[in-house]
Amino acid sequence: MRTIALSHGAGGSEHAELLRRVVLPALGIDDGAPLLDAAVLSELDGRPVLTTDGFVVQPLRFAGGSIGTLAFCGTVNDLAMLGARPLALTVGLVIEAGLDVALLRAVLCDLGALARQHGVRIVAGDTKVVERGKGDGVFVTTAGLGVLPPGRVAPHPSRIAVGDVVLVNGALGDHGAAIVHARAGRSDAAEVSSDAAPLHGLVEALYAAGVDVHCLRDPTRGGVAEALHGLAHDAGVTIALDEAALPVRPAVAATCELLGLDPLQLANEGKLLAFVPADDAAVALAALRSQPQGADAAIAGVVADGSPLPLVTLRTRLGGRRVVARPVGEQLPRIC
Amino acid sequence: MRYVEAFASPAVVGPALAELRRALAPGRRYRLMEFCGGHTHALYRSGLIDLLPAEIAMVHGPGCPVCVLPAGPITAAIDLLERDASVVVATYADLMRVPAGRDSFAAARDRGLDVRPVHGPSEAYALAVAAPERRVVFVAIGFETTTPPTALVVQRAAREGRRNFFVYGQHLQSGAAIDHLLAAVAGGRLQLDGLVGPGHVALVVGAGFFAPFAAKGRLPIVVSGFAPFDLVRALTLLVRQVNAGRAEVEVAYDRAVTWDGNRAAQAAIDDVFEPRPRSVWRGLGELAGGSLRLRPAYRAWDAEHAFELRPVAASDHAHCLCPSILLGERAPLDCTLFGRACTPARPLGPCMVSAEGACAAVFHAGRHLLQRAGAARTESPCAPSR
Repeated sequence: MRTIALSHGAGGSEHAELLRRVVLPALGIDDGAPLLDAAVLSELDGRPVLTTDGFVVQPLRFAGGSIGTLAFCGTVNDLAMLGARPLALTVGLVIEAGLDVALLRAVLCDLGALARQHGVRIVAGDTKVVERGKGDGVFVTTAGLGVLPPGRVAPHPSRIAVGDVVLVNGALGDHGAAIVHARAGRSDAAEVSSDAAPLHGLVEALYAAGVDVHCLRDPTRGGVAEALHGLAHDAGVTIALDEAALPVRPAVAATCELLGLDPLQLANEGKLLAFVPADDAAVALAALRSQPQGADAAIAGVVADGSPLPLVTLRTRLGGRRVVARPVGEQLPRIC
Repeated sequence: MRYVEAFASPAVVGPALAELRRALAPGRRYRLMEFCGGHTHALYRSGLIDLLPAEIAMVHGPGCPVCVLPAGPITAAIDLLERDASVVVATYADLMRVPAGRDSFAAARDRGLDVRPVHGPSEAYALAVAAPERRVVFVAIGFETTTPPTALVVQRAAREGRRNFFVYGQHLQSGAAIDHLLAAVAGGRLQLDGLVGPGHVALVVGAGFFAPFAAKGRLPIVVSGFAPFDLVRALTLLVRQVNAGRAEVEVAYDRAVTWDGNRAAQAAIDDVFEPRPRSVWRGLGELAGGSLRLRPAYRAWDAEHAFELRPVAASDHAHCLCPSILLGERAPLDCTLFGRACTPARPLGPCMVSAEGACAAVFHAGRHLLQRAGAARTESPCAPSR
């Protein structure tokens, strides 16, 4: 079995072979138990938190991860941003006929390895094959189940208050820049790799430190700019960022400079923005920095008052002030 | 990146700003135009616009080739895609969202036509090599900065005898726009004390290219790079020229720009392209010269000739102030359409089209929002000093 054929999705013996020989071993669930389409789970200690997500990316593998990495991290992070501990995933695959089986195996191994490492069970799945030209290699859909521990108030935009401090756990734009380089076939040359990573460990660290977490958001598509614009509107506040404090890797900044992109508009897959009361900011920063994924954590800005409009503003490194542009359409490199 | 950093950090820009302030003559005001959209963008993006002395009013110029490209060629290229399924149109991503009537390349791609955003002509050429059954048309745009790579790829197509690669030449000549500006100054429609010259154009054509314009218009021209330090240095040199009554060409970007420019690039342009007798620019109207077409020797690679492309002129929006904004006569915030009917997502006028158009630069920096929120100078950023 070298490439996926339409017959692999037809439900017969070839379909079973694809599951037994490729999909299940790669995901790490080849225990020989009968395959069911759904799962009965244990009772939860706390309120259930449920999410669904879909993953589409080209190329399927890039520096720092793959569509499998994104599927795990994206789903887990959606749960974590509501303060939940991730428990279980379902994984749906829509595979394009002609896909290299080794590539499929590799991306599913990425997903399976992360699930094992973080103790998140893959409890059900689905596999379909579409004609060549009707897909983009493979599309991955997931559902994710998590639990909000008893006594924990779910972070929410409505809890954002004037005076809150906005923290970020590290450098911005790594994922978006890695994809730009991967598409141009420069993955090896550029010192940029995706930051894709699950964030629930960081979230737990914040709660363990006793931080009153007002709101959490993972700045994925559209980057920090889009995430903060959404929150500024939802909460009806102005968010003021400090450019000098925003962590951006030199290689990402150079990529942006060269191609006319904005690090604040590039996607992240392993970053969170945390809104916490000013009194908790120092503790929260220390809690983030105590984790490997938070080593470069920084205070990015504050929730400011005094503006009748929901805005995201930036104090530039030179000391000027501008509004952070909300992304329009897809991010395309510019010549001028 | 360290190299970019070196010309952008407060540690170098701060002292440069202090020097600019010291250069100002007491009681004097200066109206200085940055020709290039890249400079407009840099002024807002870095926040430098807020830090300049109040005595300096920046007037935004017409140097955004994406903005001033008329809708006709875009419509002609989309029509070609509609009628010939073998055609692939490749172009710079900047052009994807530029409106042409109710259409755009992005909209054409969304309805299944084959439009590919590329980083440059060599990527478009690679598409032609990889798909010999397709006919790849590269829509070539930009001032002298992007003209040499187009010229080189046309020469390569000729050398390699490639018959499925074509260039739709829409390169513009910055000199025509400067001439247009000087005419507006001479006619009293535009008051200007000096011009910040386009750094990347100058890289190709050389700083000396601007000398006749400085002499003819008795206007100081200082070629600048795009980092905040470069801009502040250029403004300082302009202020000194104004104070001394000089009108010369100077270079504030000497780590990149020479007096003679890139001779090899100039030779490639001259080999492949010739000026059209006249051209139409969005917002500015009809200009003598101003745009390049392929020379007859390269006709086999000229999309205009091979596919008989005949762009029709399209009119600009009736209430759009862009014709005045492109000349620096009016400011983006003076326009009733700005930020309401006309936004970067749905641009009506050329200045909102590209991120480096004056209106888009002002919009993206949120000047209208800051103004409404009472947090920015209420004066239009390039309002005339009355």
